[in-house]
Amino acid sequence: MATSASLSRTSDFFREVVAEAPVDPRLEACLQCGTCGGSCPSGPDMDHTPRALFAMIAAGMRDAVLRSNTPWYCVSCYYCMERCPQEIRITDVMYTLKRMAIKAGYSAQTSAPRAPGFAQTFVDHVENYGRSFELGLITRYYLSHRPLDALKMAPLGMGLLKRKRLDLSPRPIRQIDQLKAILDRAREIDAAAQLT
Amino acid sequence: MNAETPDRARHAHHATPGAEHGERVGVYVCHCGHNIANTVAVEEVAEWAGQQPNVIVARDYKFMCSSLGQELIEQDIQQLGLNRVVVAACSPHMHEKTFRTACQRAGLNPYLFEMANIREMGSWATDDREAATQKAKAQVKGAVDRAVRQQPLEPLYVDINPNTLVVGGGIAGLTAALELANAGYHVYLVERDSSIGGHMAKLDKTFPTLDCAACILTPKMVDVANHPNITLLTWSEVLSVHGYVGNFTVRVRKKARFINEELCTGCGTCVEKCPVRIIDQNFEVGLGYRKAVYRNFPQAVPKYPVIDTEHCTFFQRGKCRACEIVCPTDAIDFNQKDTFVDLEVGNIILATGYEQFDARRVSQYGYGRLANVFTSMEFERMVNAAGPTAGRVVLRDGVTVPRRVGIIHCVGSRDKNHHEYCSRACCMAALKFAHLVHERVPEAEVFNFYIDIRASGKHYEEFYHRVLAEGTHFIRGRVAEVTDAARGPGEEGQLIIQVEDTLIGKQRRIPVDMVILMAGMESRKDARQVAALFGLGCDYDGWFTERHAKLDPVVTMTEGILVAGACQGPKAIPESVAQGSAAAARVAGMIGQRVMKMEPVRASIDASSCSGCRICNNLCPYHAITFHEDRKVSEVITALCQGCGACVAACPSAAISGAHFTRDQVLAQIEGILWDARQPEVLWLEPQ
Amino acid sequence: MRYGYYPGCSLERNAGAYHTSLMAVAAQLGVEFAEVDDWNCCGATEFIAVNRLRAYALVSRNLALAARQTNGSNGAARGQLVAPCSACFLNLSKVDHYLSESPALTNDVNNALAAGGLSYEPGSLRVRHLLDVMVNDVGYERVAATVRRPLRGLRVAPYYGCLVVRPGFRERFDDPEYPTSLDRLMRTLGATVVDFPLKAHCCGGHMTQISRDVALELIRRLLKNAADYQADMIVTLCPMCQLNLDAFQESVNSMFGTEYRIPILFFTQLMGLAFGLPPAAVGIGKEFIDARPALARIGAAPPAEAEAAPKRKPRRNDQSLPLPQMPEEE
Ligand SMILES: Cc1cc2nc3c(=O)[nH]c(=O)nc-3n(C[C@H](O)[C@H](O)[C@H](O)COP(=O)(O)OP(=O)(O)OC[C@H]3O[C@@H](n4cnc5c(N)ncnc54)[C@H](O)[C@@H]3O)c2cc1C
Ligand code: SF4
Ligand code: SF4
Ligand code: SF4
Ligand code: SF4
Ligand code: SF4
Ligand code: SF4
Repeated sequence: MATSASLSRTSDFFREVVAEAPVDPRLEACLQCGTCGGSCPSGPDMDHTPRALFAMIAAGMRDAVLRSNTPWYCVSCYYCMERCPQEIRITDVMYTLKRMAIKAGYSAQTSAPRAPGFAQTFVDHVENYGRSFELGLITRYYLSHRPLDALKMAPLGMGLLKRKRLDLSPRPIRQIDQLKAILDRAREIDAAAQLT
Repeated sequence: MNAETPDRARHAHHATPGAEHGERVGVYVCHCGHNIANTVAVEEVAEWAGQQPNVIVARDYKFMCSSLGQELIEQDIQQLGLNRVVVAACSPHMHEKTFRTACQRAGLNPYLFEMANIREMGSWATDDREAATQKAKAQVKGAVDRAVRQQPLEPLYVDINPNTLVVGGGIAGLTAALELANAGYHVYLVERDSSIGGHMAKLDKTFPTLDCAACILTPKMVDVANHPNITLLTWSEVLSVHGYVGNFTVRVRKKARFINEELCTGCGTCVEKCPVRIIDQNFEVGLGYRKAVYRNFPQAVPKYPVIDTEHCTFFQRGKCRACEIVCPTDAIDFNQKDTFVDLEVGNIILATGYEQFDARRVSQYGYGRLANVFTSMEFERMVNAAGPTAGRVVLRDGVTVPRRVGIIHCVGSRDKNHHEYCSRACCMAALKFAHLVHERVPEAEVFNFYIDIRASGKHYEEFYHRVLAEGTHFIRGRVAEVTDAARGPGEEGQLIIQVEDTLIGKQRRIPVDMVILMAGMESRKDARQVAALFGLGCDYDGWFTERHAKLDPVVTMTEGILVAGACQGPKAIPESVAQGSAAAARVAGMIGQRVMKMEPVRASIDASSCSGCRICNNLCPYHAITFHEDRKVSEVITALCQGCGACVAACPSAAISGAHFTRDQVLAQIEGILWDARQPEVLWLEPQ
Repeated sequence: MRYGYYPGCSLERNAGAYHTSLMAVAAQLGVEFAEVDDWNCCGATEFIAVNRLRAYALVSRNLALAARQTNGSNGAARGQLVAPCSACFLNLSKVDHYLSESPALTNDVNNALAAGGLSYEPGSLRVRHLLDVMVNDVGYERVAATVRRPLRGLRVAPYYGCLVVRPGFRERFDDPEYPTSLDRLMRTLGATVVDFPLKAHCCGGHMTQISRDVALELIRRLLKNAADYQADMIVTLCPMCQLNLDAFQESVNSMFGTEYRIPILFFTQLMGLAFGLPPAAVGIGKEFIDARPALARIGAAPPAEAEAAPKRKPRRNDQSLPLPQMPEEE
């Protein structure tokens, strides 16, 4: 467990990551064993393996970490977290790093430039309707972020439509105002604590 | 606060019997170098202590346990007429004895000394200087208030029975037994299995010198069997232990072998002719077969086989008796019954060893699912010339020779999902395996997957270098998974080891034919029961707890019970042997004293207050309380009592008191500790 | 048996077949799933990547609604909430778990929920995956007793994916690396279960939207593994897995030059078929890779080509060494 005294010995960036995580990620316990990097299905496509990224966090390499595509290539398979011999909450660290990269304005510079846009579009939809709306999500995301790829996705969209697996209009929840009030309050609490 | 509230803490200041009787206490606060002084304001504590009632002098000093520190106490006793001494320092386990002896040298009864542990319970437990200082004051206050109530006590003396019981016939137990027997003392060696030898008997060669395990072990086994001073009880188990150091009574069950040991010559004809063949899950760890009447291995000691009644056709279906027919000496006895032996011993050495971690539990490595994944002990049997493949390194089909072998370190060890500790011997065993594969299959490639190579023993690092020079591949990374799911043509039909090569920061998939899992050591499944039987402690992982990890590694908190070998924690043969010898030396030293001085910290029952309820009778873990039917009162047999206090706390008539732990003393200490506690806000309603 | 039911966004449309079939099957088994009124999206894996507290508040609104609706009903103090989608299951149970661990986070979340007049006490609900409920509450025996048309001759590869077994915060009901409960359920239905080493590997999740190449490779591995073991179909328990393996199968074929045509069905669809329901009643026909040719094999002569499928156990000869004992060996 990270104590205030042991945390004070870590790099500034390390402390920032711990503060941003929803629960203690136990990052200081990393043995650098590589089980996470070995398990990761996206491992070969990442700039740095998760293990290497944790060493970089410990070393305080803020820019390099936040510019890396590693968190964006995480598919949330939880293999690393399941197998980590130190019970480190690796997948949660990946989410945390994504948020930090967006906040720091680095997300578009990673070699996974599409990911943040997709996540943001998704979030916008949920915040507006309370549920995700696949057609809207896909069209808006492709048209605003990847107009050239939109064509590639068209057959899929048509296929889904044909099989009645896609809605043509969103189905908002009834008490969308209640949800918005909750999310607004959450935003205020995070902002007050200077977290994202 | 209500006026009627019994303000004990405050009263205590004025009404100490010390003040009445004029007890003169000296308080010594130790810095322990920086260990205590860095967190506790030791000068402040000493100064404050000096102002407390009954305290004549209070000092702080760099190292109280040094000879200068001890002299300080002795001088004050003599010059200031102290009659109580309190040292605030480390744990009594460390130095209570030191300071008691110092008091005694100065003519003060050692039981008038009291210790406050402000290191383990204070400075080491927190970084908060203020809180630690405050707590130290409370502990000192409690110790002072208790000390003034302490009584001088005289030690008890008991005779020591020179016989010793050794439980477990692995290399550690064998060593201990032989050392004691050679010193002229009698030893009973109780082994649960049908043969002695333990895990070492299964090994082929032993690191780092590569001598053959059998060549160095078998002579010792034979010595044990033939030694006039050793009574060997195999296929036996300890059922109960009574008594105390110097005088234990132990009941042992000798399980029926169904072979008359007087008649059997160990010719092995019965084994040969027995028609029942089953997989040997014990000695061959599932890699080989044995008969229903069997010996673990041909050089087993003793040489007599045993009949496994669960698989013997005669015991199951009443037919067969082939062994009986072929036995040339009529030694087979299907009617044999378990027998019981009572032993009188003065000391007991536990050397019950370890078990191997079950590799199935790390399911991503596929043991049990993927045929050519082996455990380290399976491989050990495979390379053993006396094992199931006669020493040939082959795949599970029994014929194919592997061309690529992957050895995975730390299976079940260094992993919070299983065991957090390092098993210590497996890195070296893995290096040994790499060497053995190269020796048996020169054209094979071997890959070691490791987190760190732990080669910290004499000649261990050099052995690592030798294996490096042999061309073994070392890949630094804890293996993520072993799979037979090929991603493409290059991987078809092989086992793939997926790992991050952390030294280059890349994920790699290494195809191999054979995988060896270096499954770690864990405590025996029955370790906690065994510990309870012998009255000693286990740590979180089930290893037996020694008295002091560094300074007293083979003695336990229970007098007369010692530990040796891997039952105390993972270790290799050299350390197991060293511990076996050390335990024997400790026992020999004890026997040499003939009588032993024991703590007079014992319970006693005030017969006039005892209501005869018998609650304490069954509570005593040492069976030290007897009940007098005629007078309807219970009595403590002082020699058996260990002073645990269980009965003291349980007696509803408050008839039992523990010397050195009287009600009066304990309550005074508690009140002293709570000297600055806020009074509970309870309204005491006076009965009308 | 009555449970709170959290369908999640996918089951509303793209995985409608899952919803239809599970409701049909539940009716046959006498299990009642009461939908949480006015639930919202669980945030999938995207929301938490953008917002911290908002993501936790978003999920907690569902927990609060579900607790209010199910706790105390049927006399059970602690209501049960069932999610058929693995991602929803994970998000709901993870938030519940982390809230229990961190009073500070609970405090923040409840502050946010208060803005909508709600609150949630961590641990007051039991969040479960549909598969867990089917195999452990309903049980294999009840399922077996309900089978009318055993799926004999059908070779299925049981696919668990990630989030139902990992990381298993509260309700771990199966091995995180090599689960077997769905295997046994399929066998109970009469199907032949093929070995499927990649059964708990990743389907790519939302990687299809982020890096198509990475995602298609992950999907290809799964399809190849199922094909290697000559599975007639893959059964899933998660809408995301179903979508990725089904809708992107053609893309995999064109990218890698393969010719896979492996239908991907939900396990509840096969349960329904085995219970004797007509294909339309369990949503058959909505899949991209037509399942009908495979389904036609049910009851047909045992497939001869299965011989060629790799065997886990090597061929034995006189010199073979014994295999390790496995506890659950059938
Ligand atoms: C794969 C492998 C390879 C190894 N290779 C080497 C090597 O090359 N070199 C090296 O130095 N070390 C090696 N070791 C370590 C070595 O095995 C141990 O250090 C050593 O065996 C410990 O001996 P022991 O006597 O303490 O315990 P054990 O060998 O476990 O012996 C304990 C004995 O006690 C008996 N017993 C247990 N409980 C009871 C009971 N309740 N009552 C009566 N009897 C009981 C058991 O039957 C057993 O005979 C290896 C370990 C492994 C796993
Ligand atoms: S698996 Fe855990 S301990 Fe090992 S490198 Fe990854 S985070 Fe560190
Ligand atoms: S959870 Fe993310 S980082 Fe961890 S193994 Fe899976 S994809 Fe990689
Ligand atoms: S009686 Fe039992 S032990 Fe003897 S030969 Fe027959 S099966 Fe073997
Ligand atoms: S045949 Fe008889 S003498 Fe020979 S080993 Fe067996 S029991 Fe002993
Ligand atoms: S000795 Fe080596 S292989 Fe064994 S647990 Fe320790 S580091 Fe791992
Ligand atoms: S103090 Fe009491 S219970 Fe403990 S050993 Fe002595 S007599 Fe037995």
